[in-house]
This record gives sequence, structure tokens and C-alpha cells, in this order.
Amino acid sequence: MMPTSDSAFITALHLVLDLDPTLLAIVALSLQVSLAAVLIAALVGLPLGAALALWRFPGRGLVIVVLNALMGLPPVVAGLAVYLLLSRAGPLGQFGLLFTPGAMVIAQVVLILPIIAALTRQQIEELHGEYAEQLASLGLSRPRRIPTLLWDARFGLLTVILAGFGRASAEVGAVMMVGGNIDGVTRVMTTAIVLETGKGNLALALGLGLVLLVLVTLINGAAHLLGETARRRLG
Amino acid sequence: MNDLSHTGIISPLTFEAVSVSHRGQPLLHPLDLRLSGCRRTLVMGPNGAGKSLLLRLAHGLLPPSGGRIRWEGSTPRQAMVFQRPVLLRRSALANLTYALAVNGTPRRQRQALAMEALDHFGLASLARRPARVLSGGEQQRLALARAWLLRPQVLFLDEPTAALDPAAIKAVEAAVLDFHRRGTRIVMTSHDLHQARRLADEVILLNGGRLVEQSDAATFFREPRSDEGRAFLRGERVW
Repeated sequence: MMPTSDSAFITALHLVLDLDPTLLAIVALSLQVSLAAVLIAALVGLPLGAALALWRFPGRGLVIVVLNALMGLPPVVAGLAVYLLLSRAGPLGQFGLLFTPGAMVIAQVVLILPIIAALTRQQIEELHGEYAEQLASLGLSRPRRIPTLLWDARFGLLTVILAGFGRASAEVGAVMMVGGNIDGVTRVMTTAIVLETGKGNLALALGLGLVLLVLVTLINGAAHLLGETARRRLG
Repeated sequence: MNDLSHTGIISPLTFEAVSVSHRGQPLLHPLDLRLSGCRRTLVMGPNGAGKSLLLRLAHGLLPPSGGRIRWEGSTPRQAMVFQRPVLLRRSALANLTYALAVNGTPRRQRQALAMEALDHFGLASLARRPARVLSGGEQQRLALARAWLLRPQVLFLDEPTAALDPAAIKAVEAAVLDFHRRGTRIVMTSHDLHQARRLADEVILLNGGRLVEQSDAATFFREPRSDEGRAFLRGERVW
């Protein structure tokens, strides 16, 4: 192993364990941006997905195909679209959001809203297939079925939300373009890793990489535990 | 409090030339039918005769392809119990309070009413258990308890005992008679002749999507009016 990266790894561990303020600030901003994006995407995506699962209308198939396709939207394309919207000359330029954390939240919402809506649609449609006759027998209209279905799919939907959070926090292209990676303002873990690696500051990059890795592992662990709990408790 | 007889006569339900077809394939040929009084009607026939279809049409879960289904008078309160009980992913108790919430029972009364129903069906000790880990028999009793809380004037049951062991079957049959004593019209499908003898006071026999006969149970089991009825009683396959 190269001595430089070896010592960089030691320094990185020190940065993490000593709670280095620069590193902490970057981690905190990352979490704020991604949590805000997930919250917004869930508030919109869960009811949207459920409604799409319950209603039949012309063009529904097309909407579902587009939604599924958007799940794989390349982050740089999402970033470009949001950039154009928010730039001075763009339709939303007057709000001056470009190169602020707000712009990063918007970009991440654009990325994960299709994921949450599309996966919610799948899960709710499957559950409704099972529940439909019973709920109809109880005299429940379609709008009133949505809260019931969302609640009964809760474990699966939490996994969906975690998947969205994982994608948001690990993404680099979109937030780089609309955030600008400004030190202390819009610098998050992924963009900082890119920058510090480019500058040769491997210690900070590695430290942030470690934090990101732990975070992603925790998310997947939580998703796995949720699935197990649901199987055990709900049958 | 459980007596429904004071609510008066339950509206008769009439089928007028009701038919169902799927992708041009007739599943139910045009039939006329009248369900009235506070009877225990068993809908019988071999698999694929259209029993479940008839029940779903009557309960309004399915629109007919042709003909008309109507209640002669006000639409009664109804409930349905399915062959495989559909229970929510919540506790046994929460499944019952949910049904009460849906039908507009005030929040503070729900818990007590639900516990009473659980007790009535011998499920009180399982109140906090997730409904979907209960045994098949317990799940069906929970579905019956849910129907019980809705105080239906008409109860539809679609092969409610098909997947159960003898003890659980006995419990379901006792519950059906319980409903009837409370003044509920029973409309139930079954392919079990012994069960029909125990429960029915009226029999509807279907075969191949056609109504073969509708008779008093006593008449049907003594001397069916149709050849198919006689063959069905002998356990022969003429279909």
C-alpha cells in the first residue's frame, strides 16, 4: 500500500473520531438537505402513488411507464433540468435559489419523488388487490381507502422511503450542478469527496467516504430489520 | 341490544334476468330470483356453478352484465364473510375498531363494543395479537365478529368453512345460527350437503351458471323438484 494513502487513512479516522468541525458541518448539511428532500418527496409521493394504484383513467399505463423510467433518471440530467429552471433567466429564476441548499433539496426531490411514487404504486396496488372486496363490503369509497392502505403497507413503505434517502444522500451530480459546492454553504459529503480528492486532500475525502459508507450501511440495515419485523409481526 | 327484529321487515332482494359474462363467455345465464324474509338460504352447487358470483352480485361487489338487481324498499345493512378472511395488518382488536370507525361509531364506544364482540366469539384473550398470525379458525371467527359489529340485516357468507377443521366449522355454523336468531337474513354458499341440512331453511341450486331450483330446505332434501337436484343429493356428477 502507498504510504501516503496509508497515513491519509489514519488521518481520516482521526477526523471522524475527533469530530472535526469541518467534517461535521459537511455531514450536517448533507443530512439536512437529504432529509428535507425525503420528507417532501414522501409527502407528495405516498398519496400520489396510492392514488395511481386505485384509479383507472385513460393514459394511466403511460403515466406508470414514465414514472418507472424516471426512477432511473441520471442525476446530472435532473441537475441540468433544475439548473435551467432556477437560473436567472429560468422560469423560477426570480427566487434566487440557484447555489443554495434549497436548490439542492429541489434537485433531490426531483430524483427521488419518482422512486417513492412508483414503488408506492406497486405496493399499494398489490395490497389493494387483496383488500378491495373487503373494503368495498365495508362500504369504503376509494379516497377513504388510501389512508387504510398506506397504514397497512407501512413497513414496506418505510423501506421505500429509506431507499429514497439512500439515493438522495449518495447522489453527487445533481447537487454539484445546482448547489455549486460552495464551502460552508452548499458543500455536502459527496461533492466534498470529489473536490478534496481532486485537490489531493485524501484524508478529508476518506473521512467523509467512511461516514457516507456507515450511513448507507445503517440505512440498509434498518430496511432489512423493518422487513423482518413486518414478516414476523404481521404475517 | 342485539335484537334486530324490531327494525321491521328486511327488504326483499330481486334479480331480474341477471346475467354475467366475461370476455364474451357467459358465467351466469339470465336468471330471476327473489330473496325475502329472514331466512337461511344456502346457495349450493358444484365448483364453478356460479355460487360466489351470485353472492357478489347480491352484495353489490360486482355489477351484472345484464338485467337488474334491486332491493324492494330500503337497502338493508349488509356484511360479507369470505372464504379466506381478509384481515388488516393490525391487531385483532384494531380490526374490529376499524370496522366501527368506518360505519361511523363514535370513538369512545368502539373499544368496548369491539371487546364485547371478541368475547362473544371467544377471542378476548387474542385481542392484542396481530390478526394475520391467528389460526385459520380464529381468523374466520374474527371476520364473523367484525360482521357481528356491523349489525347486518343481511349476512352473505361465501364458503366460510371451506378451509377449516371440524371444530372451527362447528364454531362458524353456531355463529351463523346466532346471527339468524338476532334477526339477520343469511345467504351462504356451500358445497357441503351435510352443512346445508344443518343450516338451511331454503336451498338455491345452481349448475353451470344456471339456476336449477329454489326450494324450501325440507322439500329439497325430501324430494327435489329437478333431476339435477336429485342427482346432486345422491352425490352423482351429472354436470
